[in-house]
Amino acid sequence: MMTINDYLKLFDEGKLTPEELLESCCSKIDPDLNAFITVTKERARNAIGSVDGKIRGIPVAVKDNINVKGVPTTCGSKILKGFIPPYSATVVERIEKEGGLLIGKTNLDEFAMGSSTENSHFGLTKNPFDRERVPGGSSGGSAVAVATGSAIIALGSDTGGSVRQPASFCGLVGLKPTYGRVSRYGLVAFASSLDQIGIIGRNAMDVGILLVIIAGKDPLDSTSVTVDVQDYTDLDGSLEGIKIGIPEEYFIDIDEDVLEAVIEIKEILQDVGVSFPSVSLPTSEFVIPTYQIISYAEASSNLARYDGVRYGLYHSGVNFSDEIRKTRNDGFLSEVKRRILVGSFVLSSQAIGEYYEKALTIRSLIKKEFKDALDKVDYLLTPTTPSPAFKIGERFDDPLKVHLSDRLTAGANLAGIPAVSAPAGMSRNNLPIGYQLMGRPFDEKGLLSIVHQVEKIKPFELLGE
Amino acid sequence: MEEFKPRMGIEVHAQLDTTTKLFCSCPVAFGEEPNTNVCPICLGLPGVLPVLNKRAVELAMRVAFALNCHLHKESRFARKNYFYPDLPKGYQITQFKFPLATSGSIKVDEKIIRIKRLHLEEEAAKLIHLGDKTFVDYNRAGVPLVEIVTEPDITSAVMAVDYLKKLQKILQFTGASNAVMARGEFRCEPNISVSCEKGKLGTRTEIKNLNSFRAVKRALKYEIKRQKKILQEGGTIKQETMRFVEKAGVTRSTRSKEEASDYRYFPEPDLPPLLIKEEWMEKVKRSIPTLPEERKKRYIELGLNEEDAIIIANSKKASNLFDETIQQLDEPLEISKWIIREFRAHNEPNISPTSLASLVKMVIQGSISRIIGSKVFSMMVRTGRTPEEIVKEKSLLKISDKEALTSVVKEVFAENPEEFKDFQNGKSKLIRFFIGRVMKKTKGRANPKEVGRIISEYEQKH
Repeated sequence: MMTINDYLKLFDEGKLTPEELLESCCSKIDPDLNAFITVTKERARNAIGSVDGKIRGIPVAVKDNINVKGVPTTCGSKILKGFIPPYSATVVERIEKEGGLLIGKTNLDEFAMGSSTENSHFGLTKNPFDRERVPGGSSGGSAVAVATGSAIIALGSDTGGSVRQPASFCGLVGLKPTYGRVSRYGLVAFASSLDQIGIIGRNAMDVGILLVIIAGKDPLDSTSVTVDVQDYTDLDGSLEGIKIGIPEEYFIDIDEDVLEAVIEIKEILQDVGVSFPSVSLPTSEFVIPTYQIISYAEASSNLARYDGVRYGLYHSGVNFSDEIRKTRNDGFLSEVKRRILVGSFVLSSQAIGEYYEKALTIRSLIKKEFKDALDKVDYLLTPTTPSPAFKIGERFDDPLKVHLSDRLTAGANLAGIPAVSAPAGMSRNNLPIGYQLMGRPFDEKGLLSIVHQVEKIKPFELLGE
Repeated sequence: MEEFKPRMGIEVHAQLDTTTKLFCSCPVAFGEEPNTNVCPICLGLPGVLPVLNKRAVELAMRVAFALNCHLHKESRFARKNYFYPDLPKGYQITQFKFPLATSGSIKVDEKIIRIKRLHLEEEAAKLIHLGDKTFVDYNRAGVPLVEIVTEPDITSAVMAVDYLKKLQKILQFTGASNAVMARGEFRCEPNISVSCEKGKLGTRTEIKNLNSFRAVKRALKYEIKRQKKILQEGGTIKQETMRFVEKAGVTRSTRSKEEASDYRYFPEPDLPPLLIKEEWMEKVKRSIPTLPEERKKRYIELGLNEEDAIIIANSKKASNLFDETIQQLDEPLEISKWIIREFRAHNEPNISPTSLASLVKMVIQGSISRIIGSKVFSMMVRTGRTPEEIVKEKSLLKISDKEALTSVVKEVFAENPEEFKDFQNGKSKLIRFFIGRVMKKTKGRANPKEVGRIISEYEQKH
């Protein structure tokens, strides 16, 4: 499988030029799949050769809730109509400084709220493995861009699984780093205490290469940390003797195909000397309600700034209340509105004790439970989602079904720990299945090492290769 | 008849005197072109994050110490959510459940007023209404504020104003805030209740739009009277926000829906808890300049009378000038006179302690007269030059040269032959008249003692 390093080698040997690679990526953009909201081919072309960095000439796609100076940020919403950020996110600056070419801004569920990329003002994105199905979400556009080879690698954001779940639906590696590992400056906030910029790539090495670039303390993000950045490309360390816990609660109500694929991964790892003690995470059943309350509460506040006064959509009215009502009513889709309403309610003085504060208490219990489990074992292995990609429209606009696929991923966000999804195989109806590994804070290197070594034993066939 | 007693608490917002805003590096400036001191952060653009200004924390810490507060080693930020066009993010970053400091106290009129809490928060933008349009100036958005809240320990309008004046001085002396009311750097919102039951508080109202100490006093007096009247007539007080109408001198209900609003406070996820280590606390404590009360005591010990000591101690500028000048010239009494008479008469100008010290020294040594000294002071203020330069350039040194003075004395005698005759015939008190003439002729530069000696020689001779 080609890695970023292989492309760099081809450039150096003169067998491929960045122009050719960019052209080839752009030619793979399929309007029917609708992975991109904005394609920035010209910007990418102009950047070729300007810097000689770690990913010089490599086309990178960016989820459209991460700011790129001078390119519209939409967040998949009508409310940001006409908004062009005057600054780039820290991650974007770091990528451009290392010679990465920004090829475009990818589609997403509005403000990253959703798991299917159906919920965008710019139309839905389709899964390239089956165009009747969703690519997952909310970073669905980024996943499709990488799966189809329209980008070599992409940035997403993961608040409850939005990087890992689309990666698993599209047969890719998706990493959600530890909270604080990557700067959030320039990522449009959904739920600030859970949001983390993540990477979707074709293999562990590519993800590692990009993580080295974007990880590290950022003075502009007070929640980013000073913990040393490791060499995430040094992935060949022995796995012998490591312990991976299998939390039983994560194997309930899982599709048979998914179970089989994950068990196969377990067997592959057993063969290289990994042991699998069983662990228990009894608070798992509270993950989704806790996640919902906290993320909706924070979202209700984070999205309050879209009032039409300074930027974005604006409707005039008889007074400020009228203007803001008209603007927000027209600007947001129903899922976002629902979350703002519920989030405002759980923070209201009559409900905060029953909901938000209780959720904070449970969150700290969940966090502790993960910590205790990861004191006993080095990693946790689970499926990424209970089933492969579902059909378009199947769960659309249904508040009860919308979080079904976040069940196994949101725990890592609540606990702030790193987690990765990687290909486990294909289902009977030819859809990618993902396995998830969770680890201790700042052990992204360990997670990527396991994925890397599984890849070598069980290579995964990519669409875009 | 029952006696209704008023109880008041006051919430003060003071702008901290930092060079940059609370959560971004935009400059804090007054009176600039609208929307020039702004950036993505204070405009609340999508994707931005706040970074706390350490200097603002230090200044708030100084105030907390000066108010004898309990400073918390861990405090937190929270979001106060509401929609208003002056609020760029749709929420204000403030401190709610875990403020920077609590339980302080301050002595006013020999009574203790308890300070309930002190916390940091960001300022909103400024709305400018022009005709039927409203404009927003974000220069002010994100400027650091300290909010200081008292318990309802204030019992009269006079005491309220005394508290505010004292708090203002503390803010100024600690260097925390310029606290100029007219510039909105020092704003207060008192709440008032009236009750006849001892130890029980009545329903309170809050007064807004108070732009001067005079307005505070008038508004409180009016509001106390209004509440008393309602209660005496058997009515009940409605909990509401009042607005002071300066012209009419009355408070009026704002009829705002504010009472009904729910701010949905929750912990600010973009900022980690504010942790203050012991060493930092000590360092800040040491950096606090001494407050008026202590300064006054010290001045009395130096021999100043109480009145002068209070005048100097109550002005940060005068007090600092005094302290620095006596370092260079150990004449506290003489220096205090110059500060009280000249420095204050000139509206507390910027003059250096070195200049003031050398001016006072020249007067004490008799090389210039007091009157000339006063003129030199004015020139120092006007030109910014040193007293030595001014005296030299304008030839203001006293004339003590006997020969030169004698010739002026002779001129004066010649011009006033009648008086000279009387003087020689024993009318010795005319000496004052002659000295005066000589001083006038020399424009104050003659050394009067020397002139007197010369004139009396003529009396003896003839």
